[in-house]
Amino acid sequence: MSYNWNWSIFSSPVPTGETTYLGWMLAGLQTTVALSLSAWVIALLLGSLMGVLRTVPHKGLSRFAGAYVEVFRNIPLLVQLFIWYFVLPELLPFGLGDAFKQKLNPVTQQFVAAMVCLAFFTSARVCEQVRSGIDALPRGQKNAGLALGFTLGQTYRHVLLPMAFRLIVPPLTSEFLNIFKNSAVCSTIGLLELAAQGRQLVDYTAQPYESFIAVTVLYLLINVVVMSLMRVVEARTRVPGYIGGK
Amino acid sequence: MNYEFDWSSIPGALPFLWEGMKVSLEITVTAVIVGIVWGTLLALMRLGTIKPLAWFAAGYVNLFRAIPLVMVLLWFFLIVPQLLKGFLNLDPNTDVRLTSAMVGFALFESAYYSEIIRAGIQSVPKGQVSAASALGMTYAQAMRLVVLPQAFRNMVPLLLTQAIVLFQDTSLVYVSALADFFGAAYKVGDRDGRLVELLLFAGAVYFVLCFSLSQVVRRLQKRMATV
Repeated sequence: MSYNWNWSIFSSPVPTGETTYLGWMLAGLQTTVALSLSAWVIALLLGSLMGVLRTVPHKGLSRFAGAYVEVFRNIPLLVQLFIWYFVLPELLPFGLGDAFKQKLNPVTQQFVAAMVCLAFFTSARVCEQVRSGIDALPRGQKNAGLALGFTLGQTYRHVLLPMAFRLIVPPLTSEFLNIFKNSAVCSTIGLLELAAQGRQLVDYTAQPYESFIAVTVLYLLINVVVMSLMRVVEARTRVPGYIGGK
Repeated sequence: MNYEFDWSSIPGALPFLWEGMKVSLEITVTAVIVGIVWGTLLALMRLGTIKPLAWFAAGYVNLFRAIPLVMVLLWFFLIVPQLLKGFLNLDPNTDVRLTSAMVGFALFESAYYSEIIRAGIQSVPKGQVSAASALGMTYAQAMRLVVLPQAFRNMVPLLLTQAIVLFQDTSLVYVSALADFFGAAYKVGDRDGRLVELLLFAGAVYFVLCFSLSQVVRRLQKRMATV
């Protein structure tokens, strides 16, 4: 087995000439980061809402949130992605689906489908974390809030959620890391994120090892950056007196 | 909504889909078994006193947990065929995608299993190890006869949950065009122009399987909690 290593491949121009192969890599990295961050913001908002619904004293609402979690947890991410991308535009009412297919350019279509898919998939996990955070609080906290004359909404807003969110920062960190890793699945619908750029590079340059090593290193880099960022957040939000607190 | 559903291509495709499901299950079972065995060894290395082994295990686990599964699979689809063909003098046309997928999944999942098992071992009270060595057992005996049986008992629900996740992840062999259940469903849908129905069908099948299994796990968890 002899393999011709050629790291200078990254500085050579792509066939169309407007950039280098390194430029392709970085464009992929940019898409991965933009996709993951935007999906993460939606997932946090949606997941928090669902997590609250899961704990409110209302059978219907908490069942709805429970079913929501089960649906998004028990269908593989890839299948969900294909359903968002291929199936939903066919089924949307009022010509929304046609508008999606005809008005948006393909890259935007892929990005939107990927973002929505990752957001919903992750929101189910965030929901479970938020619920466990709220459940971990002593029951007296909620009762005390209500006894002070807060409405249920105010109790959540001022008493339960501020505390619950601080407790669940560590598990949310790992979900945040997961969303970057899961974004690689979106290469399957043709979105040119990092993993897809890696495969494209293999096709164009026939240098699979260099391309894959570069992509892998970039994913490790994302991992390290996110982890050190979250370590700061964790240190800032730690609750004194709890395990892991000061 | 003006889409007209036509489910008629599914009944005829069931045998083909079942072949795909067998591939999915084959990969899952191999990866679970290898994952638990190799994961246990990794956990023991990491908790053991031999520093280089502990470093190796920690490096292995952290590396695999930091890379997307898609990337790991692409690596294995690239490397495993070359290694196998180089060592075993296989015919270049042999289809080794299934083997590559199995190896990739097994090595990837061991990292996750190792973390579950490490937590399980650490949840066994220290006094048990001391008691075992007081009885004259070696480290290996204490692990095999005292610690691991208790640790595994506590871990069964988590190991099963991880198996469900793994089963869902097997759909990612799509990147190598290997026809697992999802790949088969996609192929049929693509061939008949009925992608919408086939994707929804695949989603429903995964949901029913994974949801029922997770209910079983939940029941198991409840029953074990009372013991």
